[in-house]
Amino acid sequence: MNRLDQLESRSIYIFREAFNRIDRLAMLWSLGKDSNVMIWLARKAFFGHVPFPVMHVDTGRKFPEMYEFRDQYTKEWGLDLLREECPPIEETDPDLPPAARSAARKTEGLRRALQVHGFNALFAGIRRDEQATRAKERVFSPRGEGGQWFFKDQPPEFWDQYKTDFPPGTHIRIHPLLHWTETDIWEYTRREMIPTISLYFARDGKRYRSLGDKDITFPVASNAATLNDIIAELNTTTVAERSGRAMDHEAEDAFERLRADGYM
Amino acid sequence: MDSGSPHVDTSADPLSSGRDLMRIVIVGHVDHGKSTLIGRLFHDTGSLPEGRFESIQEMCQRRGVPFEWAFLMDAFQAERDQGITIDTSQIWFKTALRDYTIIDAPGHKEFLKNMITGAAQSDGALLVIDAEEGVQEQSRRHGYLLHLMGVRQVAVAINKMDAVGYAQEVFEKVEADYGAYLHSIGIEALHMIPVSAREGDNVAEKSKAMPWYKGPTVLEVLDNYVLPAPPVAQPLRLPVQDVYKFDKRRIIAGRIESGRIRVGDRVLFSPSNKTACVKTIEAWSARQDAVLPQEAGAGESVGITLDEQIFVERGELISEETQPPPETDVFCARLFWLGETPLTVGREYRLRIGPLEVGVSVQSIDRIIDTDDLSLKDGTQVVRNQVAEVVLRTRRIVALDEFGDNASTGRFVLVDGYDIAGGGIISMEGYADQRELITRRYTNIQRVPHAVSVEERIRRQGHEGGVLWFTGYSGAGKSTLAVQLERRLFDLGFQIYALDGDNVRHGLNANLSFSPEDRSENIRRVGEVAALFARAGILTVTAFISPYRSDRDRAREAAGKSFREVYIRADLETCAERDPKGLYRKAHAGEISDFTGVSAPYEEPQSPDLIIDTARHSVEECLDELVAYVEENFRLQKTIGDKTG
Repeated sequence: MNRLDQLESRSIYIFREAFNRIDRLAMLWSLGKDSNVMIWLARKAFFGHVPFPVMHVDTGRKFPEMYEFRDQYTKEWGLDLLREECPPIEETDPDLPPAARSAARKTEGLRRALQVHGFNALFAGIRRDEQATRAKERVFSPRGEGGQWFFKDQPPEFWDQYKTDFPPGTHIRIHPLLHWTETDIWEYTRREMIPTISLYFARDGKRYRSLGDKDITFPVASNAATLNDIIAELNTTTVAERSGRAMDHEAEDAFERLRADGYM
Repeated sequence: MDSGSPHVDTSADPLSSGRDLMRIVIVGHVDHGKSTLIGRLFHDTGSLPEGRFESIQEMCQRRGVPFEWAFLMDAFQAERDQGITIDTSQIWFKTALRDYTIIDAPGHKEFLKNMITGAAQSDGALLVIDAEEGVQEQSRRHGYLLHLMGVRQVAVAINKMDAVGYAQEVFEKVEADYGAYLHSIGIEALHMIPVSAREGDNVAEKSKAMPWYKGPTVLEVLDNYVLPAPPVAQPLRLPVQDVYKFDKRRIIAGRIESGRIRVGDRVLFSPSNKTACVKTIEAWSARQDAVLPQEAGAGESVGITLDEQIFVERGELISEETQPPPETDVFCARLFWLGETPLTVGREYRLRIGPLEVGVSVQSIDRIIDTDDLSLKDGTQVVRNQVAEVVLRTRRIVALDEFGDNASTGRFVLVDGYDIAGGGIISMEGYADQRELITRRYTNIQRVPHAVSVEERIRRQGHEGGVLWFTGYSGAGKSTLAVQLERRLFDLGFQIYALDGDNVRHGLNANLSFSPEDRSENIRRVGEVAALFARAGILTVTAFISPYRSDRDRAREAAGKSFREVYIRADLETCAERDPKGLYRKAHAGEISDFTGVSAPYEEPQSPDLIIDTARHSVEECLDELVAYVEENFRLQKTIGDKTG
């Protein structure tokens, strides 16, 4: 088995554990490179099926390419799509810096969607290498009723034994891609020929490394126009993946606060 | 609309794909410099993302502290403010050889569960020790736990050499101290490296300040670690993770932990002991031209279909018929405890081995191990962060492996309430593989009804047949009492026969040794013979140590209602003093192995029907008590006689 085979096998194991142990699951689909790989892996785990709904928490401020992508592949992949709206910015915590406030819309949208549908757990396609607080995450990560992350007291997790027993009312985030890197995602996308939104590929010397909302996500300078270019670029770049995400940089602990509050 | 396919070009650079990934955990006592070492490693290999160095500088300035590499990994505000790593973190970097995940494990005792979480994901470890402070409590504990968890590649960085003037004697002192400790727990460190993480000595580059050190740098040591390969050459172990019904196929899903599986193989499911042939190995692929695989090996998450519809469920273990896993309901374990509530004898937990989950109780806590000086002590509970040797008893027979035979099916966690409260590794030493004892070789056998009824036998003999099963240590008085009881009951008109251990081994069981398996088989046969005697209307007294509870339970099952477990009780000291056959002397001299009470376990009866205490009562008193018990329990009462007559 090569590295991609090993990553894939572990993700499948996680999917199957979650599916067996936890009722009422859904998967978050942000339409980005990671969540597309995540859907792909679910289809591998369940032999072509995605046996739970996929949820797009929509800020209404995504790029048009993203909406097109969503509509096409919902149909093609036979997904049970739930589209959830986020509340307006006025309903978020005014103490947060502006970009973080925008991100907080998603947290709140998610919180409301969870209440409506009563899901016990959500799959989320975060990776440890994206951001330092995500590096400390668990594969099965219990959350408070409002989605808060008690990061100072996380359950032990070893030998692929995950915490799957919870008092009623606990909400869980499950992270099947936690052990992948950005390069792994692209190499796997290339190997499996997984469809990808065009914004990731360079046009006029710029491309997106990470896709968020239109107003708070910025492209990076790049000439990487193909998957091979992207993989080659990642092997040499020292620019952080989320450098184009404004909300991470507003305060030392801006992202930590967002995540503790339930942000992905 | 744009999809990925137009961006795929087939001239892929083969070098950029499939680089090996090695996971290294960095452990050590708090403040010995783990985070600094990681920071230095990243800095010196040019692996820091742009602006990261500057942002750490800024964080330090804001707090008015000198530059602190620990901030690279300590992502939580609370960690930076208190200067303590709370939770394990991971970070990636690459050398010319391969990619690395560096796992930073907290050194603080309070966060041991997080250290274990980090360590359990690693292929190799780097232990960090402060040259000035020397070997500390956590240095030893972490070394011990790494070994217990099966991390076999370990090197030691003796850090802060700059603080001791780069003195060779200081290095050699710590090297000797820690080397001796590691050796005592069965670890040979691959290297001990004198390092100054702060100054960068021997991290990525050889130190000019320590010309006396001729060995490799930290980076060279890491590059020399061997990437463990999945154990495809071992016997097949495929735990059933789930069973799906998709598209009219019934697919058994799971990850192959060891060995290989091929289409057409006949496989065995344990503990249900069903067999079937592998019809297909299922795999989903988006490609139209994809064909199903014909075989799969260790590490792969697979789905298989079978040639017949047998009922199997999550937790069963698939193997080859010829190399099945042992089955048992009792085993020894070495475990570390992380629970807030101590582990206590008699308490129930849930045991998980891979996807298997079963109720388990703690039969005994044999030893609590002080990881500091490796001293052993007795205790009735294991508190948080302690390591102990215990005996666990599962609610039903399960299939598992010894850790030494198969790491992934030989380790477990214990769940207490909602929490994973401990983990450990399995040893079957002293306990029998019960598979042999419960396997029926022929199934086309039917019972022939007797022409003489049980009631007729009872009427003629004046008493019921039955089994008085004496159990207890060698020297407790079982044989003495059995033989004399036989005499007295015979004189009272009972049809009675005493089955003695030594006698049976002269004939019926002459082919059995004293290994745990053979001892269990010995008891199984005696149990069946005693049950036959009882059905023949004869009262049977058996005198066998029969140390395992599961064996006695099996004998009870064979004889049914007429079985009585009689605990012939005397403490081990009394028995050794009596030593009627001179066996204790031999066992203590090491001439007999697997001797109950000395080198093999004895499991006391939990709720015996009768306890005869030979340490406190004379033989006559004991016999009186036994006779009274038999009269009461087995003599045909007039009333019953009237009814049946």
